[in-house]
Amino acid sequence: MEQSYIQINNGQLALAAALILINVILSVVLQLGLERRLAIASVRMIVQLLLVGYVLEWVFTLRNPLWVLLVALAMTAMAGASAVDRTRRRFRRIYWNSFFSILTSSFLVTGLAVSGIIRVEPWYDPQYVIPLLGMVLGNALTGISLALDRFTEDLASRRDQIEAFLALGATRWEAAHKRIQEALRTGMIPTINSMLVMGLVSLPGMMTGQILAGASPIDAVRYQIVIIFMIASGTALGTIGVILLTFQVLFSREHQLRLERLNKVK
Amino acid sequence: MTTEPIKQRATQAGLAHGSLLSAVSLSRQLQGQWIWQGISFDAFQGDRIAVVGPSGAGKSLLLRALAGLDPIQAGRIIFDGQPMERQFMPRYRSQVIYLHQRPALTEGTVEENLQQVYRLAIHRDRTYDRNQILHYLKLLGRTADFLQRPSAVLSGGEAQIVAFLRALQLSPRILLLDEPTASLDIETARRLEALVQAWRAENLQRAYLWTSHDPTQIQRITDRQITLNGGG
Repeated sequence: MEQSYIQINNGQLALAAALILINVILSVVLQLGLERRLAIASVRMIVQLLLVGYVLEWVFTLRNPLWVLLVALAMTAMAGASAVDRTRRRFRRIYWNSFFSILTSSFLVTGLAVSGIIRVEPWYDPQYVIPLLGMVLGNALTGISLALDRFTEDLASRRDQIEAFLALGATRWEAAHKRIQEALRTGMIPTINSMLVMGLVSLPGMMTGQILAGASPIDAVRYQIVIIFMIASGTALGTIGVILLTFQVLFSREHQLRLERLNKVK
Repeated sequence: MTTEPIKQRATQAGLAHGSLLSAVSLSRQLQGQWIWQGISFDAFQGDRIAVVGPSGAGKSLLLRALAGLDPIQAGRIIFDGQPMERQFMPRYRSQVIYLHQRPALTEGTVEENLQQVYRLAIHRDRTYDRNQILHYLKLLGRTADFLQRPSAVLSGGEAQIVAFLRALQLSPRILLLDEPTASLDIETARRLEALVQAWRAENLQRAYLWTSHDPTQIQRITDRQITLNGGG
């Protein structure tokens, strides 16, 4: 197969790893205490990515939609779980809520994009589905964890205010509305910020990748625009979904704030 | 009226004729512990009831349960002849208002805080009545300037005044007062007592339940008591 890009061999990988040595030396000399964490992070990154590389090589050979869906589900489950792992207060159904929100939002968005916008044939072609889904998941997971964390912290710290409103006759929706708004805003900040500076401050990784791989910048930009819209709508949907589900858990039908359902984790 | 122990009528409580708010065998469990069990009483129109008992006996929890803010594990609450669970809680709470020990205001001026509640769907058919507030403020020894103060600079007592006004302007039929003057100076406490009496005097069918640690205050402002013993 003809390659339009330079392949990277193991020696070159080692050279790249040596870049991190600069930081390690600095850390040791200045006693910054970063060297251990840097080393662990570097090793994990290398191992995970190499593994993923091999897994993807295998995944891209899949011609059975069931297998592709299974891989997609596994990725989604991991995203749903790690969105929760970063929150400080949890409730019993939080993992399920997170998984459900991220599943519906990312599958809907990726499904529409793959079948209706990019029109991949067949629709389950893993070369498209898996990386696109991965990007949507990665961003939705950040949005969900930020929003969840903000919402639950807010409810705990503003309990008096929320209950004062409930006691004056506010519905649970009225009492929670401002908190919901703030949570969604927090969840969307990274996505909206990155959209605002896109191309000015940062060149998106995927676009850079495509350009390095020989795609024309104009084509790469078009892909990037599609993906940004996928990411933005996937993140918004997932964030709204998880916050509404959480709202249902923490505010009862009797218009009570049920904070005892929230447990703090260390 | 004289102060009489409530237990006498507890047995047939909840069915008494003319009862405004009734509790029937209420029980509250918290983390596997019974805080109180089998509490029954009737609050009639015009009742001025003290809820007394040692710390930890669950006085706040009782008022919160009556406001429907907490779930109860057993028993029923009946307001105006209707069980609470069959009522639309925001409507119920617009008539049975619970006042926290610690007032919680939002950003903005005192007047904005007072006006804010009219944006709630349940109060939308009413309008903010500045004259009524000015009338109440006079009882509290304050002028209209008070309305323009930002809520952030209010003292604890002043914030509690705002919380009282915010509730009273909605003309509730029952007030549930959860140690509202516990952390206030005597002067402010007395004025808030006078304010509540003024609210009640407007319509003698209005009733309140008041928790307090201060026996002289209880004697001043209530006619009978509900005693919680603690430990269930």
